[in-house]
Amino acid sequence: MADPMKIRATMQGDVADVKVLMSHIMETGQRKDPKTGQLIPAHFIQEVTATVNGKLVLDSQWSQAISKNPFLGFKVKGAKAGDKVVVNWVDNKGEKNTAEATIG
Amino acid sequence: MNQFRRTFLKGAGAAGTVAVAVAAGLLKPTQVLAAEWNKAGFTATKLDEALKTIGGAGAAESKDILVKAPDIAENGAVVPVEIESKIPGTTSIALIIETNLNPLCSTYDFSNGALGYVSTRVKMAKSSKVRAIVKAGGKTYTAAKEVKVTIGGCGG
Repeated sequence: MADPMKIRATMQGDVADVKVLMSHIMETGQRKDPKTGQLIPAHFIQEVTATVNGKLVLDSQWSQAISKNPFLGFKVKGAKAGDKVVVNWVDNKGEKNTAEATIG
Repeated sequence: MNQFRRTFLKGAGAAGTVAVAVAAGLLKPTQVLAAEWNKAGFTATKLDEALKTIGGAGAAESKDILVKAPDIAENGAVVPVEIESKIPGTTSIALIIETNLNPLCSTYDFSNGALGYVSTRVKMAKSSKVRAIVKAGGKTYTAAKEVKVTIGGCGG
């Protein structure tokens, strides 16, 4: 699950437009394995946080209803080119990933 | 030594370990303080119950919230949804898929200049209203958009 996260952050006027693409299976726990008939255990991202220059801008909680390989877009006013964006996620099994990008 | 004292000491020991971990920089304080995952809300199967856990019951309909989603989604496993709140002082958005098994889909809290805007992709089991619950200035507002799903995105 250490597949890298992709972040693209660009300035649109005075607002930073941040787009994040994560790599995660986002298993709902409601699907059955067609071979065994057993339910596939849930495995999904529960918490996503984003900071700009170390300040929290987005604190998000997710359920299994977010699509596989999640996309997240958000906007931050007052950020400027060169600021550092860091995105973290934690899933229901305690796995984590983090990535950072510079606003361009 | 009585049982209460034992339990108490055990607890104190565990708390000490956390403090040491924080001091050693193993755990960042922000991670420790992050709000706990809203299990009651995300596992609720009834819309009313899910709304209660996020304080979204009785939200007022608002035309200042834009819910952008396709009229017809061919694949319920990936439905792009964009929510934009033009209400000043928007602090959080909750996204709800009314007819999903667990209606509460996700929540977003904004701070330090983040705008009341979020874009994501969600799974929808069947046709449903996609609802946004927005908190701004201590009040709650809501808006919804109907999305028709031709192939469901949950199960099978």
